Amino acid sequence: MNKDFKPKIIVFCCNWCSYAGADLAGVSRLQMKPYFRVIRTMCSGRVDPEFVLNAFTKGADGVMIAGCHPGDCHYINGNYKTRRRYLLLKQMIAQLGINPQRLRLEWISASEATKFQQTINNFIDEITKLGPQSQYPYGEV
Amino acid sequence: MEKNNHKIGSVLIIGGGIAGIQASLDLANSGYKVYLLENSPAIGGTMAQLDKTFPTNDCAMCIMAPKLVECGRHPNIELLTCSEIEEVSGKPGNFNVRVFKHPRFIDLDKCTGCGECEKVCPIEAVSEFNEGLVERKAVYRPFAQAYPNAFAIDKKQRPPCQQACPAGVHVQGYIALIKEKKYKEAYDLIRENNPFPSVCGRICTHPCEQNCRRGEYDSPVAIKDLKRFIADYVIQHKDEFEGREQACLFPTEPKKEKVAIIGSGPSGLTAGYFLAKMGYRVTVFEELPVPGGMLAVGIPEYRLPKDILDYEIKAIEKAGVEIRTNTCVDSIGRLKQEGYDAIYIATGAHIGVKPDIPGCDGIGVVDAVDFLRSVNLGKKVELGKKVAVVGGGNTAIDAARTAKRMGCEVTLLYRRTKVEMPAEDREVENALEEGVDTIFLVNPSEIVCENGRVKCIKCTKMKLGELDASGRRRPVPIEGSDFLIERDALIYAITQKPNISFISGNKNIEVTRWGTIKANKKTFETDESGIFAGGDVESGPATVIEAIATGRKTAISIDRYIRGEDLKEGRELEIDELPPKQFPEFVERKERQIILTLAVEERIKNFEEVDLGFTEEMAVEEAKRCLECGLCSECMECVRVCEADAVSHSMVGEHLNIDVGSIILAPGLDKFDPSMKYEFGYKKYPNVVTSIQFERILAPSGPYQGHILRPSDSKEPKRIAWIQCVGSRDEESNSTYCSSVCCMYAIKEAIITQEHVKDIESSIFFMDIRAYGKDFDKYYERAEQEYGVRFIRSRVGKIEEVEDSNNLLVYYTTEDGKQLADEFDLVVLSVGLKPSQKIADLSDKLGIRLNAHEFFRTSVFSPLQTTLPGIFVCGPASGPKDIPETVMEASGAVASAAELLSDVRGTEVIEKVYPPERDVNDEPPRIGVFVCHCGINIAGVVDVPQVVAYAKTLLDVVNVEDNLFTCAQDTIERMKQVIEEHNLNRVVVASCSPRTHEPLFQETLRESGLNSYLFEMANIRDQCSWVHMNEPEEATRKSKELVRMAVTKARLLESLPKIELPVIQKALVIGGGLAGMVSAFSIARQGFEVTLVEREQELGGNLRNLYYTTQGDDVQEYLNSLIEKVENHPRIKVYKGANIENIEGYIGNYKTSITTNHESRITNNELEHGIVIVSTGAEESKPKEYLYGEDARVITQLELGKRLVEAEKILEIKGKKPVSQIQKLKSVVMIQCVGSRDDEHPYCSRVCCQEAVKNALKLEELNPEVSIYILHRDVRTYGFFEKYYQKARDDGIIFIRYEKDEKPIVSRLSDFGELSRAVIGDRLSSKTKNQKPI
Repeated sequence: MNKDFKPKIIVFCCNWCSYAGADLAGVSRLQMKPYFRVIRTMCSGRVDPEFVLNAFTKGADGVMIAGCHPGDCHYINGNYKTRRRYLLLKQMIAQLGINPQRLRLEWISASEATKFQQTINNFIDEITKLGPQSQYPYGEV
Repeated sequence: MEKNNHKIGSVLIIGGGIAGIQASLDLANSGYKVYLLENSPAIGGTMAQLDKTFPTNDCAMCIMAPKLVECGRHPNIELLTCSEIEEVSGKPGNFNVRVFKHPRFIDLDKCTGCGECEKVCPIEAVSEFNEGLVERKAVYRPFAQAYPNAFAIDKKQRPPCQQACPAGVHVQGYIALIKEKKYKEAYDLIRENNPFPSVCGRICTHPCEQNCRRGEYDSPVAIKDLKRFIADYVIQHKDEFEGREQACLFPTEPKKEKVAIIGSGPSGLTAGYFLAKMGYRVTVFEELPVPGGMLAVGIPEYRLPKDILDYEIKAIEKAGVEIRTNTCVDSIGRLKQEGYDAIYIATGAHIGVKPDIPGCDGIGVVDAVDFLRSVNLGKKVELGKKVAVVGGGNTAIDAARTAKRMGCEVTLLYRRTKVEMPAEDREVENALEEGVDTIFLVNPSEIVCENGRVKCIKCTKMKLGELDASGRRRPVPIEGSDFLIERDALIYAITQKPNISFISGNKNIEVTRWGTIKANKKTFETDESGIFAGGDVESGPATVIEAIATGRKTAISIDRYIRGEDLKEGRELEIDELPPKQFPEFVERKERQIILTLAVEERIKNFEEVDLGFTEEMAVEEAKRCLECGLCSECMECVRVCEADAVSHSMVGEHLNIDVGSIILAPGLDKFDPSMKYEFGYKKYPNVVTSIQFERILAPSGPYQGHILRPSDSKEPKRIAWIQCVGSRDEESNSTYCSSVCCMYAIKEAIITQEHVKDIESSIFFMDIRAYGKDFDKYYERAEQEYGVRFIRSRVGKIEEVEDSNNLLVYYTTEDGKQLADEFDLVVLSVGLKPSQKIADLSDKLGIRLNAHEFFRTSVFSPLQTTLPGIFVCGPASGPKDIPETVMEASGAVASAAELLSDVRGTEVIEKVYPPERDVNDEPPRIGVFVCHCGINIAGVVDVPQVVAYAKTLLDVVNVEDNLFTCAQDTIERMKQVIEEHNLNRVVVASCSPRTHEPLFQETLRESGLNSYLFEMANIRDQCSWVHMNEPEEATRKSKELVRMAVTKARLLESLPKIELPVIQKALVIGGGLAGMVSAFSIARQGFEVTLVEREQELGGNLRNLYYTTQGDDVQEYLNSLIEKVENHPRIKVYKGANIENIEGYIGNYKTSITTNHESRITNNELEHGIVIVSTGAEESKPKEYLYGEDARVITQLELGKRLVEAEKILEIKGKKPVSQIQKLKSVVMIQCVGSRDDEHPYCSRVCCQEAVKNALKLEELNPEVSIYILHRDVRTYGFFEKYYQKARDDGIIFIRYEKDEKPIVSRLSDFGELSRAVIGDRLSSKTKNQKPI
């Protein structure tokens, strides 16, 4: 494993829960590894599968989608749609030659700052172990 | 009367802290006009001073700043800063309030907040915002994010020196400028009032120095010498200053009117100078061959060199005054015929007066005025060898010293003693040094002449008798004491009188019996309009500064006369006489600088100037001695540099009358001043600071930019101690209550300290930790466990400084009585909250009553209502409380005011009108990027300049700026400017979270004519700098990428229209307990329909189980009346025995189905509403320990409460016989924190301590024989509940503490209900009868 490897990770956060959780992690000064970039969407259901595929084809080493817990969606059922898409996407990226472990779906609420921190750090560790995603090794984003 | 009866849809809020701001926003957003009144120049209050808030560690300013901006920008909030209430009249719904707005001296509409004035201001004052840790200027903005974003000038009363100066010269101002080495500016400042700085710097009688407050400490500031230094400096460097024109307070456009001035003395020339400055054509007529009057011919050259005088007269001529010497005016009428529009007679008093005694017309008898004039004009004067001078004034001394320089032996004859001499002391001393002889207490009675020449003088000895009108003892001749002295000449210097022969033909001008011209003392107009008289010709012989003052005043009169204005109006000094500035507590003794003079042997040879003046170094040192009594010195530097022309030192206060329907008081708190607790050494030891000072030390905008340093040596402390309860729970400091917030803020400060610097050791000395609020206990535990904060339960006796190191020894006694001392680098005193001084003031003016602790009095069931209807209170003004409670109360007070004014809602407000939106869809993107430092929140980690440089390289970015606080009012204004300047059509802000700040920036776009969706944020704080604190490089890289992402997205943004949706203006309240009922009732009173849903068959919730409050109020009575009001209100629909089946919809439009089960009849109801209030309450936890449920003697406090009430009733019925079970009890144990602060419920339930104390006191009352033990972990009787804890202890109730892991054990010793046992560690292990653990 290359020690200098700094993974590129995209995190889609829904505005209401996970993004707020990420903010709270900041307010609580919970330290995280700096190899992820958050993209705010109003709902995890807004994350079009194309966004994820785009991220991978442009060289992302890992993609995480984070939304409200089931039942808590601010648009009532957006996150259920996310879950269905996610399961399909997992299969699809495998067929494209991307390790499905590189895609994750997490439910993180606005008050779960610690969960946000742990999930991110854990995902970064995991992707670091997997090494660079070589199927679509586009250079620097 | 009609008018007085109608209600007014506006509210006055007093106090611009967080409570006032929240209340203003709530009210203004719900359709009421708000007047927000604040004493200081900016809103923000105490919260703005705080670094972070507990228990979330939110940046206080980050919460505050957007609110300040929103409050300041709200179209329906009118800010009244620098204001105070004068009087309130009227009744609820219609109050009339008289407000006094103190002058800010800065025009709010013009000030851009650029801060140029602050840079040049020479006066430093204690910064209130930084709690005295640093200084601010006299012109200041309390803090960087302040709103209004404008400066203010802190001006006290007119300084005594300036008050004493007849010409009102800005003495303190030019002294301050000397300190800054701005000599030309100082010179110009003097010339605003006095065109003769050099002259007055030499010969002024300086009444300013007599009045100087410094004189009460050591010696007055050498004001005259300083003035001379400035003048000399400017004359010496005149080439350097060439072309630098002085600022002038008068308009300068040329005018056609002509003014004639008769006499070119100081008065005439001063008037001429100012009139010329005003643009008039001025001609001065002078009879003598030289201009200057007495200055030229009355003052000897060794005091006032001719070239110096010439310089100043030349400057006056340069200003446009024509001086015609050798021109005698013999008729006023002629001048009028020549077309002069006004005439000023300032001919002085040049005729010396000789007493009528035998021989007074002999040769050799001269008067001093003649003598000095002749010498000054270079005429030959023969005196002989031995000369006597008669008189004790400055003229006498001048004559004596002049004669001395002509080689005579001079004797001064004075009829009183040296002490009574009116001449200046320094002059007298100089004369004596130069060898002038004196004979005191003599008066010439005859001059013996020989051949018509003086030979001898016959003198009579005098003695001092009664006091005369001048306050001096009158000289009385001693009979038969005559003696002769031989002299060649006698110079009389007794008095002078004017020559007014030229007005003899003018009957309109009245002449007094002293031979002076009569004129009005304020305007100096004579009885003939257009003819003015001033200076010695009007006043009789007086000082040069008085002559100058008159000249300036006359110039103003003449200007008014010519322009046809009233001469008298407003001629008194217009300034608020504010209470005099307090004298500084301590002034280091430092005597005045002594001016350099020529050696005596050098002086008497010639007429060289005696005084040599100050060196620059001496002058600056001397200037530093000024105590700056007026604070602002009116040096006018701010006026000079203000590009916006916003400074006006002549601004006066304003009285306003406003009509409002209701008043909300939110004056906030004062911090306890610990200097009265001398044992802690506050203000004595530099490293003892208050907690609020420490907040400023922690704050990035504070004195040390957020680095933790200690005041004595600006080094990082290694060990910090917090001392709790300083000015709280303390009889000695007259604050017996608990301040409620100190435990938490101390914990917060300790945690933040650890976050700043890892290895600082923090210790908190406390009695009880009162972490009673939401999530407070967790915070406390985190401090101890995660951050290693040391909590020491103890009482601190005293603090002593360790010599050399400035460290501090804290002496304390622990719980078990050990006396210890620890050394610390810095000690923080956790000061309590005191009722604000403003509370007492408002109480006086409004007639509102206070409670025993001098906070506003409120009651348990109406905690926001003052003792006057229609006037509400919120925040710490009614008792100490934290920020969340303060904000809640603010909203509550708003609800109360809105209830009162619901029928006039929306009648006083205006709609905000935005500029039309620009259509940018066809424009190529032009993006502006604003990168925020957020103090050090971002910039401390992320390399902001690098991010800025990077952003500039991005496609379509046309402008990038970095800001200290992007959300601050000044930056917001700047953003608008930048949008306009660069014609931006997209904006990116890289700062904090869009969740908190997006609306603010979107509003800014809207105000700039852009659609609010053409905006994007990059969250480089919450999600970058704060979570990657130890990786600055990576954080910078991430910030750059986040900015790139935001810019890329911004390029794709399109305008979005906003649509409006109807809101169902009905409310649903779930839970019919106290909170639910009060909410429902308030909403209904505010004019909206409410549905109240209660699961039980009865309203009341937990309140049904309470009978009395700690304060003694009857709960059930209140409950019944509330239920009745709620159930009978036409706008409240109550469902009892009801369950919510389903709630669907979204904000503003909900649909809810309810099932009710009333007497077994089930009904379904559907209702629509816009909001939901959830108040389902909490319930008493039912313990699973301590034999609860197993033994009937173990009960809960609620159960005890009920039994107590029952027992009380039995007592009432049956008299004093002990019949109830309660009265049979011998001992009772109360165990606290059962089901609180444990692993299952890791929070404090916050009511149990008071409940225990309340029940214990009641029990004690019903059964005085009982022994009560309260087993607790901390006694959390916060706020005013402390009183009852104190009472309980005084009444003999025993409080015993136990640790979380050493819980009491309750075991049954007998089944017969006789014995049980509680064991608490090793502290109490005894068998007691009838212990009743509860």
